[in-house]
Amino acid sequence: MPKVVYVDFQGNRNELEVANGMTLMQGAVMNGLDGIEGECSGSCACATCHCYVDEAYLDKLPEMSENEDELLDGTASERLGTSRLSCQIRMADDLDGIVVQLPEEQ
Amino acid sequence: MTGVVIIGGGHAGFQCVDSLRKGGYAGPIALVDADPHLPYQRPPLSKGYLLEGADPDTLLFRTAAYYSEQSVNLHLGVAAAAIDRERHTVQLSNGLSLSYDQLVLAPGASIRPLRVTDEIADQVHYIKALGDIDRISAQLGTAQDLVVVGGGFIGLEFAATARKLGKNVSVLVRGPRIMNQNVTPELSGFMLEQHRAHGADIQLNTSIETVSRLDNGSFEILTTDGRTLSCDMLVAGIGVTPDTRLAEAAGLECDEGIVVDASCRTNDPAIFAAGDAVSFAHPLADRRIRIESVQNAVDQAKVIAANICGERAEYDSVPWFWSDQYEFKLQMAGLHQGYDRVVQRGTTESGKFTLFLYRGERLIAVHTVNKPADHMAARKLLAAGISPSFAEAADESLKLNGLLKR
Repeated sequence: MPKVVYVDFQGNRNELEVANGMTLMQGAVMNGLDGIEGECSGSCACATCHCYVDEAYLDKLPEMSENEDELLDGTASERLGTSRLSCQIRMADDLDGIVVQLPEEQ
Repeated sequence: MTGVVIIGGGHAGFQCVDSLRKGGYAGPIALVDADPHLPYQRPPLSKGYLLEGADPDTLLFRTAAYYSEQSVNLHLGVAAAAIDRERHTVQLSNGLSLSYDQLVLAPGASIRPLRVTDEIADQVHYIKALGDIDRISAQLGTAQDLVVVGGGFIGLEFAATARKLGKNVSVLVRGPRIMNQNVTPELSGFMLEQHRAHGADIQLNTSIETVSRLDNGSFEILTTDGRTLSCDMLVAGIGVTPDTRLAEAAGLECDEGIVVDASCRTNDPAIFAAGDAVSFAHPLADRRIRIESVQNAVDQAKVIAANICGERAEYDSVPWFWSDQYEFKLQMAGLHQGYDRVVQRGTTESGKFTLFLYRGERLIAVHTVNKPADHMAARKLLAAGISPSFAEAADESLKLNGLLKR
């Protein structure tokens, strides 16, 4: 199963197996990882699953929707060039090993 | 063994488990649910779940490992049969008896059944649990003509899903508007046009008079306004009733829901209740209300967990909920009942707009279409009690988040 490395705000690395088709938000939440909330169940409606994606993987991600773009403008922690909502990133083979940094606040 | 017993594994029940452990509660926790699956999220069932391959694992709140790591005893596929308040026990349908220090009732609501003959009743589909969706998917492959009864969120979300799957869909709506209780006439009218533009046949002011089954297995429906429709599948979403059976039998105060105070406690201090089944006085409402939403379930469960962990927490969150229909994301924040003015930001034609609903000069609710960022900002404005002027609300060049900082 492909792996995702979630790095929390304190710098702790959590490597989790996330099945293809699951989103990075689901992978974190289902395994009880703190730092990602996903209070809208992954419908791109709340911006509580904000993460910073390792630059090496940015190009492999699906394009950002207008809704995601607008929501990222209102995140609790600062928006950076690498900011994405993790509910909009579905696991796939070419994302195996993807590293995402979790923000201080959601 | 005592501890906390939670009845119901929906959003409220699950959140209570998680918040108890995060809040440091170290005692035993038991979660009881009549549904045999690991606790899962229901909102996607009427939305994207059927479109996205219908993998039940994607719905789980947590994997099985979480419950063993957190020492949570799951009693799944088992119903709670009775509460003995004197002995602090809950009897389960499998004969087990669980003792509690605190009991949390999160039973949710029961589907309101369509009034049809017994022979037809078994054939009507509802959307509440995974088992319902399994039955629907099994038939959806061959069915082409669908009739949906009910113009609320569930019926419309399912109608939109079925249209995306290429089905012919008629929706029978009892009242003059879709989503009549929950959105303004402006938003209702906008969404009615969208459903029709997407090819759904929405019929207003009508309902089912009789249903009969034809020899070829299809249904023939006579509507209350004298029309005849035929279909291969009949799906109903005509509302729910709070599941108060267990609470009432135990002598807990119920009034169109299990009555709780601001700390989500029933009239028995050892018993709390949360979610769709609960009737309570919300600080933003002028009467006792019941809210069927994820937000309400989650936030009430957090309040309960905090109280069990020894904090004094009260429930006063701004209500919000959402609905996905076709490419439209509807988000409602606040309680709009009693509004007397609507200020719109953004044009209806663009398919992205925000409605600010005022009572006098006070902002009481904000409804958005494909404006999730406005929704998130509106929740903060409503929580802070900030009412933008009508001109500010209408001005697209003013960022809503900016209004928070004054």
